[in-house]
Amino acid sequence: MIPTAFLLLAAQPDAMAHTVSAPAPGCTAEHAAMGHCTMPKAEPPPPPCSPEHAAMGHCTVPAPPPSPACPPEHAAMGHCTQDEPASASLPPPVGNAPPPPAPRVDAADAIFGADAMAPVRARLYAEHGGGSISRIMLDQAEVRVGSGETTYSWDGEARFGGDIDKLVIKSEGEGAFGGAFDRGEGQLLWSRAIGPYFDLQTGLRQDVGPGPSPTYAVLGVEGLAPYWFDVEAALFLSDKGDVTARIEGSYDQRITQRLILQPSAELNVALQDVREQGIGAGLSSAELGLRLRYEIAREFAPYLGYVWEGKIGRSAQLARAVGNDPSRSSVVAGIRIWF
Amino acid sequence: MSDAMGRRSLLAAGGAAALLPWLPAWAQPIASGLPTVGGADIRLTIAHRMLTADGKTSHAIGINGTIPGPLVRLKEGTTARLHVTNALPAEDSSIHWHGLILPFHMDGVPGISFPGIAPGATFTYEFRVRQSGTYWYHSHSGLQEQMGHYGPIVIDPADPDPVAYDREHVIVLSDHSALHPHAIFKKLKQMGGYFNHNKQTLAGLIAGRDQPLNDRVAWGAMRMDPTDISDVTAAAYTYLVNGHGPADNWTGLFAAGERVRLRVINASAMTTFNIRVPDLAMIVVQADGLNVRPVKVGEFQIGVAETYDVIVEPEDRAYSIIAENSDRSGMARATLAPRPGMTAPVPPLRARPLATMRDMGMGDMGMDHGAMGHGSAAPGEPMRHGMRDMKGAPSVKDTPAVQSISPMPVDRTGEPGQGLEDVADALTYRDLVALDRNPDTRVPSRQMQIHLTGNMERYMWAFDGVKMNEVTAPIPFTLGERVRVTLVNDTMMTHPIHLHGHFFELVTGKGDHAPRKHTVNVQPGGKVTFDLTADAPGDWAFHCHLLYHMHAGMMQVVTVRAAEDAA
Repeated sequence: MIPTAFLLLAAQPDAMAHTVSAPAPGCTAEHAAMGHCTMPKAEPPPPPCSPEHAAMGHCTVPAPPPSPACPPEHAAMGHCTQDEPASASLPPPVGNAPPPPAPRVDAADAIFGADAMAPVRARLYAEHGGGSISRIMLDQAEVRVGSGETTYSWDGEARFGGDIDKLVIKSEGEGAFGGAFDRGEGQLLWSRAIGPYFDLQTGLRQDVGPGPSPTYAVLGVEGLAPYWFDVEAALFLSDKGDVTARIEGSYDQRITQRLILQPSAELNVALQDVREQGIGAGLSSAELGLRLRYEIAREFAPYLGYVWEGKIGRSAQLARAVGNDPSRSSVVAGIRIWF
Repeated sequence: MSDAMGRRSLLAAGGAAALLPWLPAWAQPIASGLPTVGGADIRLTIAHRMLTADGKTSHAIGINGTIPGPLVRLKEGTTARLHVTNALPAEDSSIHWHGLILPFHMDGVPGISFPGIAPGATFTYEFRVRQSGTYWYHSHSGLQEQMGHYGPIVIDPADPDPVAYDREHVIVLSDHSALHPHAIFKKLKQMGGYFNHNKQTLAGLIAGRDQPLNDRVAWGAMRMDPTDISDVTAAAYTYLVNGHGPADNWTGLFAAGERVRLRVINASAMTTFNIRVPDLAMIVVQADGLNVRPVKVGEFQIGVAETYDVIVEPEDRAYSIIAENSDRSGMARATLAPRPGMTAPVPPLRARPLATMRDMGMGDMGMDHGAMGHGSAAPGEPMRHGMRDMKGAPSVKDTPAVQSISPMPVDRTGEPGQGLEDVADALTYRDLVALDRNPDTRVPSRQMQIHLTGNMERYMWAFDGVKMNEVTAPIPFTLGERVRVTLVNDTMMTHPIHLHGHFFELVTGKGDHAPRKHTVNVQPGGKVTFDLTADAPGDWAFHCHLLYHMHAGMMQVVTVRAAEDAA
């Protein structure tokens, strides 16, 4: 047992002084060049550390004490006993024995019974990492005011499932106030994590609306790209055999903690003409948006923005051929909501 | 605001004083003291109740009607018998005795040590008390711990205490939310940065705050957020001292000239605290319940589930005990005072730290210790080394739970922790030296590495890339063997890693006086090495003590079996 007096003494401020343990402050290249840095730049060897210093905690990176068994302040007080080895040589290296084989986790079965333990153990494993979560997000629900009629549009996504496999439902569409519902689509996808940032998605897409309403097979990816870009890309194969593709990206530029500017872009590509939908082969249409939202709460953010949407290339020619304006720009107002 | 706090605390303290007018001021109970249970048979009942902190009332779980639960006071060398009744109507519960050396089936982890305690049932824990010091207890069922299901343990030593003190106060730090823990977890899963309202902004860039543009671009390329210090912040939490909010101002009394022992327990679910008492030096005398050589500090970081005992010698005036969340989004605050009603200034929250290259496991490549991120390495540096080179960690399974692999993890036990880089007199693990000689000084016969892996975007956390629900085999040890274990942090967060049923010796160059701990904070992108003597047969939980990391999968089972039993 250590006598109380030792601690009392050792605890005296003057006996212990202070510890200097913080790493050296940042050291710029300029500083280093001027010899201002007290810490070596790379792989610093332990600074020299006298026993007195070590005992007082002055060493930033304490080297192994000269005699770990008996530090100086102990020795000075006669605290070192013979049961402490006096060896000052380096300890032998750590061995490389193989680990034992892994047994079953069942020790408690012997005490409480396997029947009592099994369901609780199964639940323990399942609930630590095996939970399911839902997120239903209406990313855009907005009114578009521009040339021509005032329209509404929406774009949302719901996810249900675990970390690796999820059911994903996507929907987007648009229509005119007081006029015809223009077009809408829904996708039902199986979404599987294929890396830390991306999911592979496959399933079906169904279009609805007054025009042709094809069904598609979908193969796509969705995730977070470098530089914090949210991206989605998908290939669609319609029941007529038409192949189209869509790529979307957006970026959240935080202006303040709550005010966020979101540029976004969507490009549509067709492998062939899809006449009944007015789609021409090649890059067929694009939509560029800039939305400024204010997060009253993370889940609830009204926004204002500007959207340009237009048909491109052969699609634009097809639109003009039937007397339609191939492009349109709008001021938008809407809300982003999720739960 | 400090005036309002002062008046409120005056009222509270005045009320306590009025209850016991016959006692001199110095002998008054602490302004809001912890109830204590002890003796041969201890009864604890777990039940729903409401908690009011800083005037806000929310749903909680208490033990014997209080949050924290009562102080369980045990005596080394005796037998503890604790009868725990689950009065929750519809869910199992449990109590784990954190840091106590006991038979595995008394450890209180449902599914590993025992079946749990069903609603209405009572389970009797009985074990020999083989140690002394400051510990704590908490639920190991679901997310109950977040709701208030925790309390302190103090074990008085059989022999005279080598630490001399005149008075003690138990300081139980915790984080309480009006949000249900399942709601918190769901938000984190839906959006990893949900609770972070201190992200970098364009306004900050223009004002010259935080990272310069080229650093922001480089970090953006890696999809790493340097402001991601705490997953759950003051946006959701009120930080409590002994169940009281900062404005409640829990007050501990002392008489001038006394040596006051503060037994500090971090019973938070998710909060790493940096603790200081402005104008007062603290002498650390115990870490995780075991005595260490006294070391004088001005501030120390306490990971979730760690405990530190410090001695202070206050003068005849009031002092604030300040426990800032390491992300500096909020603080717990209490007062030490010679008389009730006295308060001391409460310093404002300091600037929040930013993660650095070191926190990404860049080792010394970056050398940017500063919180401001200036003077960092060339932005291209991380790109050249790659942030997810699985070849750098062959034992890690390549799963979506691995966002990054630290390319050059370094031993950071000589650093005081995130946000304390510039505090000269902050404690580091290398300042800790065990007071007693280590019981086992053998050289380990084998060594192993465990990687701490995570993905903030998906909010997945795991050991070696494999979440608990996907684990197929435990981590095996042979009874009596000594193993050197290195924890490598492949994430940008600090993880307090806890092994049940054992103490382990940190390898920090202290020979046979290595500090022994039950929970070790592994700093971001860093590593910690400890030597473990697997001397407790049975199955034991091993996990990150950040509650939602554990819940997300950062947990494993450690088995300790006699050599002949190994199958």
